[in-house]
Amino acid sequence: MAGSGKAHMRPSADTILSVEDLTVEFKAAGGSSVKAVSGISFDLVRGETLAVVGESGCGKSTLGKAILRLIPTSGGSVRFDDRDLLAMPENELRQMRPAMQMIFQDPVSSLDPRFSVARLVEEPLAIWERGTPEERSKRVDELLEAVGLDAQIVRERKPYEFSGGQCQRISIARSLALEPLLLICDEPVSALDVSIQAQILNLLQDMKERYGLTLVFISHDLAVVKAVSTRIMVMYLGKVCEVAGPDTLYTSPRHHYTHALVGSVPLPDPSAPRARAAIQGEPPSPVDPPSGCRFRTRCPAATDKCAAEEPQLAEVAPGHFVACHHPR
Amino acid sequence: MNSILSIKNLEVGFDTPRGLLQAVRGVDVEVPGASSMGIVGESGSGKTVMCRAAMGLLRGSNVRRSGSVVFDGDEIGSLDSADVRQYFGTGMAMIFQDPMTALNPVRRIGSQLAESLVIRLGMNKKDARARAAELLGLVRIPDPEATLRKFPGQLSGGMRQRVVIATAIACKPKLLFADEPTTALDVTVQAQILELLSDLRRDLDMAMMLVTHDLGVVANHTDYVTVLYAGLVVEQAPTRKLFASMKMPYTEALLKSIPRLDQPSGGRMPMIGGRLPDPTNPEPGCPFAPRCPYVQDRCRKEVPPLTVAPDGHAYRCFYPIGGNA
Ligand SMILES: Nc1ncnc2c1ncn2[C@@H]1O[C@H](COP(=O)(O)OP(=O)(O)OP(=O)(O)O)[C@@H](O)[C@H]1O
Ligand SMILES: Nc1ncnc2c1ncn2[C@@H]1O[C@H](COP(=O)(O)OP(=O)(O)O)[C@@H](O)[C@H]1O
Ligand code: SF4
Ligand code: SF4
Ligand SMILES: [Mg+2]
Ligand SMILES: [Mg+2]
Repeated sequence: MAGSGKAHMRPSADTILSVEDLTVEFKAAGGSSVKAVSGISFDLVRGETLAVVGESGCGKSTLGKAILRLIPTSGGSVRFDDRDLLAMPENELRQMRPAMQMIFQDPVSSLDPRFSVARLVEEPLAIWERGTPEERSKRVDELLEAVGLDAQIVRERKPYEFSGGQCQRISIARSLALEPLLLICDEPVSALDVSIQAQILNLLQDMKERYGLTLVFISHDLAVVKAVSTRIMVMYLGKVCEVAGPDTLYTSPRHHYTHALVGSVPLPDPSAPRARAAIQGEPPSPVDPPSGCRFRTRCPAATDKCAAEEPQLAEVAPGHFVACHHPR
Repeated sequence: MNSILSIKNLEVGFDTPRGLLQAVRGVDVEVPGASSMGIVGESGSGKTVMCRAAMGLLRGSNVRRSGSVVFDGDEIGSLDSADVRQYFGTGMAMIFQDPMTALNPVRRIGSQLAESLVIRLGMNKKDARARAAELLGLVRIPDPEATLRKFPGQLSGGMRQRVVIATAIACKPKLLFADEPTTALDVTVQAQILELLSDLRRDLDMAMMLVTHDLGVVANHTDYVTVLYAGLVVEQAPTRKLFASMKMPYTEALLKSIPRLDQPSGGRMPMIGGRLPDPTNPEPGCPFAPRCPYVQDRCRKEVPPLTVAPDGHAYRCFYPIGGNA
């Protein structure tokens, strides 16, 4: 049991996704198991962008895939558009698929190199038999133009002829073909240059407005999600640490891990005093996580209580939730 | 100034089916001993090609290289890779973006590290093993003995990069080339690795060429900066000076496009539209002209020369920010 609490849930008519006590376990070597996602709860209101932030290995991608039932889960529930996804039979789930799409970190390898750009973007439409071939072709052109590519120039080219940033545009066009309600973006800009990152972030923002999307935006970098998110959820080793709006999280992080994450972002100012790396060491093994608060082995404020009791999410200010016994 | 590395008029091109691809178009870089030089520019601007050419690591019949590279007083620019190799044992070392490429996945860390010490420093096996453990301690790996027994795949990306750094500093190099050493890592680990590199540099009196596309990294970890665009140096200055009075519109645009924690949320991010010019077919004029917010007619006709202000701040622009010094 022992989730990290549900104080931050906002049941309402506008809720599009509601995840409760979600747990995903993987078999690890030697018969043990890893709880990559360990009792996570959160909800999404239509039209918002929830950023999920945390270190490599904390379970962000696993969470994203589990929500879409792309991998098996071992507990909890996921309600999408008021229907229980995890309990749903396969054929019913299939009918829901177009409404929920995901894009991935590595834009180049997520596109089949044998197919032309036009075919890649058309494929979802063809599979779902949407429209006539002519209508589909027109829709492909529309989508390519929407993501900032010149349809006539790029249609017949293959993915390897494009840069990483352009491939990510193609992935986005493809993911939007079926007019999803929910788009989960797993590190969509981590593999890209700083200068291209801003282009893709702005594009996602435009697409959200144009197509009325609800977004989940996964990243290890708080600075990347700052501008685009409406709410940020910080994760550590399969658990939720803190949930707040982007400005609150930046100006007054209350969880010690969030504070360290804020301190890890390099400031482009050589005269600012350079802090020591805000967090030392590696996260502990998820096979055998620390008791109580999972962050306690690296936390400067840890006490005996932190080892004995798991902190639960509590509201420390309106809309600001922290799971910590001794918030900053 | 006493330079450990002095690159003069380096040009590198590749013969391709579409014609000569001009990756580096006449670059000068001076790295003073024990200092850190940041090389910054977007993907494809020529950073890696420049470093590899300086190290004599570009081979292949399609490579066209010219110019001078002086390392620690020796001209190595005209040597071929086999002859440059001797300098790796004694004075130069390098680390790359993907630490996995530098490690053999099927051999334990200990035997790889010890073997490189035997080969490069002529140590005996027993000493090499002990030194390997010591090196892992130097790069702050918490349990060196246990790590020596592991395979690269059993380590996280950050730990693998530490192992590669340990290998690189084994011969106490005077110059370390670090080509995007943290681009594949997450921000918390990036902060740790950059801090480690800065500490090692100080402790070992080592100079560093730090290649990155992130001006935030440059600001915190370099003494000097060279900004590359389309194979050309477009701005060069001591790091503090560059950030205090940026001259080049491209550098300014690069700085503005960095995602920052202190930017307003909910808005759009400042960005550089468009992309680098085609390196096989450079248009006349300033290579940044199609993307430059300050462009004027003259920019489309002539390539601006590199202007060096009296204080040493160099920039390649007809209409620099704040005017000519
Ligand atoms: N198929 C799998 N089998 C076993 N363990 C797995 C599997 N997929 C993920 N894990 C483990 O689950 C944990 C969470 O992994 P996940 O990929 O979700 O992390 P992440 O937060 O997305 O990390 P990154 O930032 O590196 O992408 C890790 O410990 C990982 O090793
Ligand atoms: N071996 C090669 N053959 C042909 N072109 C190359 C080769 N290596 C790099 N290039 C080209 O040279 C230019 C500069 O590349 P590179 O130095 O790798 O950029 P950066 O490191 O700044 O991202 C690019 O246009 C790239 O495609
Ligand atoms: S609960 Fe304790 S260990 Fe965890 S973050 Fe708070 S103070 Fe640190
Ligand atoms: S020379 Fe002209 S186009 Fe080039 S950077 Fe300067 S102002 Fe811009
Ligand atoms: Mg992931
Ligand atoms: Mg490179």
